Amino acid sequence: MSLLQHLSTSISSSSSAFLVHSNFNSRTKNVSLQAKRNGICKCVAAVPKESQTAYKTNVSRNGNLAKLQAGYLFPEIGRRRAAHLLKYPDAQVISLGIGDTTEPIPEVITSAMGKRSEELSTLEGYSGYGAEQGEKSLRAAIASTFYSNLGIEDDDIFVSDGAKCDISRLQVVFGADVTMAVQDPSYPAYVDSSVIMGQTGQFQKDVLKFESIEYMKCTPENGFFPDLSGVSRTDIIFFCSPNNPTGAAATREQLTQLVKFAKDNGSIIVYDSAYAMYMSEDNPRSIFEIPGAKEVAIETSSFSKYAGFTGVRLGWTVVPKELLFSDGFPVAKDFNRIVCTCFNGASNIAQAGGLACLSPEGLKAMHEVIGFYKENTDIIVETFNSLGFNVYGGKNAPYVWVHFPGRSSWDVFSEILEKTHVVTTPGSGFGPAGEGFVRVSAFGHRSNILEACKRFKQLYK
Amino acid sequence: MQYSQLSTRICIPYAVSLQPKTTWNRPKFNNEKSTVGHCTRVPRNANMEKLQSGYLFPEICMREFEHSQKYPQAGLIRLGVGDTTEPIPDIITSAMAEHAHALSTVQGYRGYGAEQGDTALRKAIAETFYRDVGVKANEVFVSDGAQCDISRLQMLMGPNVSVAVQDPSFPGYIDSSVIVGQAGMFQDENGKYENIVYMKCGHENNFFPDLSTTSRTDIIFFCSPNNPTGYAASRQQLQQLVEFAKANGSIIVYDSAYATYISDESPKSIFEIPGAKEVAIEVSSFSKFAGFTGVRLGWTVVPEELLYLNGFPVIKDYNRIVCTCFNGASSVAQAGGLACLSKDGYRALSAVVDYYKGNAGIIADAFASLGLKVYGGKNAPYVWVHFPGMSSWDIFSEILEKTHIVTVPGRGFGPGGEEYIRVSAFGQRERILEASRRLKNLYK
Repeated sequence: MSLLQHLSTSISSSSSAFLVHSNFNSRTKNVSLQAKRNGICKCVAAVPKESQTAYKTNVSRNGNLAKLQAGYLFPEIGRRRAAHLLKYPDAQVISLGIGDTTEPIPEVITSAMGKRSEELSTLEGYSGYGAEQGEKSLRAAIASTFYSNLGIEDDDIFVSDGAKCDISRLQVVFGADVTMAVQDPSYPAYVDSSVIMGQTGQFQKDVLKFESIEYMKCTPENGFFPDLSGVSRTDIIFFCSPNNPTGAAATREQLTQLVKFAKDNGSIIVYDSAYAMYMSEDNPRSIFEIPGAKEVAIETSSFSKYAGFTGVRLGWTVVPKELLFSDGFPVAKDFNRIVCTCFNGASNIAQAGGLACLSPEGLKAMHEVIGFYKENTDIIVETFNSLGFNVYGGKNAPYVWVHFPGRSSWDVFSEILEKTHVVTTPGSGFGPAGEGFVRVSAFGHRSNILEACKRFKQLYK
Repeated sequence: MQYSQLSTRICIPYAVSLQPKTTWNRPKFNNEKSTVGHCTRVPRNANMEKLQSGYLFPEICMREFEHSQKYPQAGLIRLGVGDTTEPIPDIITSAMAEHAHALSTVQGYRGYGAEQGDTALRKAIAETFYRDVGVKANEVFVSDGAQCDISRLQMLMGPNVSVAVQDPSFPGYIDSSVIVGQAGMFQDENGKYENIVYMKCGHENNFFPDLSTTSRTDIIFFCSPNNPTGYAASRQQLQQLVEFAKANGSIIVYDSAYATYISDESPKSIFEIPGAKEVAIEVSSFSKFAGFTGVRLGWTVVPEELLYLNGFPVIKDYNRIVCTCFNGASSVAQAGGLACLSKDGYRALSAVVDYYKGNAGIIADAFASLGLKVYGGKNAPYVWVHFPGMSSWDIFSEILEKTHIVTVPGRGFGPGGEEYIRVSAFGQRERILEASRRLKNLYK
């Protein structure tokens, strides 16, 4: 059996107690997924039988990769979904797991991309390498659309192929010798990229945390904002608002606290604002709305959830000139160096799309699609509320964070999948404090959202 | 940041100069701690400090810019940065436009793609480039370009591996090695990083390293056809390389970005060599093949057979990196890639590649007519010209001053590049012919 079949069957989520029954000789079809009490499958770390006699190089595996518990969370959700489809080929599986946009991109945006594509066939319209930091017009449009009056300049903006990629590039800038803090729960890429970079120690199975990472608990009890008085100093603080997965949006007061905390500790906040346009309430949409933030924060964002660009690939990171390392060296200079050496710019066609997104017509169209997903979110929230659950998020983000007190989130995930054929994401996949919660994405065609909610009502009535 | 303000046609892919004396609006940084504003207590990554400021291509940019300011009417001809210039064939751009339009429809909309790439594209790459060498679609990882993949491979390998590069070589291998922490300190006395093994490739050894005197390293970066020398390794030489890697338990990272420029029987892929799948990764790109320098598309092949010392398959970790640190190449670019590999697309692109090769021939002849020894140009879009006993920066300056042609000094690719300059063959034919005319008069 090929090693790749092993690859596709065995992965479990990044930080949760989930066991995949792994048999290197089994076909993908027959993967049985059993939750074990507290066991964590380290099957991916094992050496396949076939390779015991095969030629091996003398190159040692990167120890940091070995620390990862298993595959990245979302491909695992994808695998579970695929396995479920094989088991129930006629089931109408509804995917509210991975936060993947579903609605078509407004024409004003795609026609700009079509036009740019066609121009590449003309002498006047052809362009080769673009500036690695992004096209000037797009950088200017991002600055004026999202950061006007906040003192962020065009050249503080670095256009990219998405926030997830930028997070890793930021980790490369920071290197292995920095400490970091994350919210718990949080988007798994912060922790995983930190492990890969070598910033962490080993995974501690008893607490389900990586050594050296400071996990800042965010729960209903603390209104999903960490108690900073109990948080140790770290060099870097990852903070996402509106939050994935909890949907919580930090208030101005809370962000002011966070900026002060970072300032007092000499830390750098990496502020992920990918869902800012989903905000209903009057909370800050950018960390730079907080005075003093430019000296302590980097902001990363994305067109993925605004423009349905999850496949098109476009995002940006703001690194203010005022942000300095301890020796006074500007962080932006090193970020620029990484962007120029480890990257080669976002696709020029995606950038043309981005520019159209930020035209008046494009912005209007994006707001409409966002509004559509927000209506989906309302429907899901209302459903779980009506079933008597404690429901969080949903107002300021396209995620609904549902509490199942005392239950294993992977068990709930499996139960929902098995009984309603709806894919969600188990909260423990986002960190130990996600245990007992399930994240429900609000991306989907309206009919699927309504159908999913109907099924939830049947299951939990 | 001044380099990014130059027109995008001038500015280059590989790096930006971050010389300490580059000024910023606020605050000014002159190798001293800023006295204005708040400094965080986050230490700067020591590896970043090891990078030598004044990286090659921004310096070229800067010289180009200064020169065009000094001689605004000169009709500067840019044969420096290897940036494609010819329009992309219609069949490919219309596929991209069609895909873009389809994203506005319910049936045609696509969200996240597989991080490893679109299945049809992976298959097409395997079938187009690796049909007879047994590389499977699931060993092909589609990316946004070779430069990005090189860094992802470095993240994969981590800081504790040793690295060898050809000397001269594409600066991205060395720089990414420094950034990840493999390279040690830069030694001013010999222009080399202390932990990197530099495999000299010069006219004396016909641009293939003497492996009998090369120390073992974990990773060996090897580019063929070579940037900057243009040399394509022979089957026999690559067999030697694969044997060397096997004997040493090393991993070759083989950069085949210019394979479609090969004119003779030189292997187009390392996997043409038996046993290579157990020792090599191959990186390639649509950039120079399809004019996709701005569109962004490439791929990396990691064979299933490639194992770490402990037997763990490299492909599993690479997959993890791709899923965690990346999110797939743009679906629009991938649609273009698929069209590139259609029969008509490939044929149209081969014509563009031939056009650039024609340019290379013209440039090579021009330098040869001056009595100079000229290398490359046959299997790659680069011409590598030897000026014995001269400093490559001096040659660069002289050519720029006298003929208003931008080239790249060989020293920028490593100490082994001294005495050579690299001339790119990308450009419109009339400009190339004009360059040829000016060069022939260089010493008149």
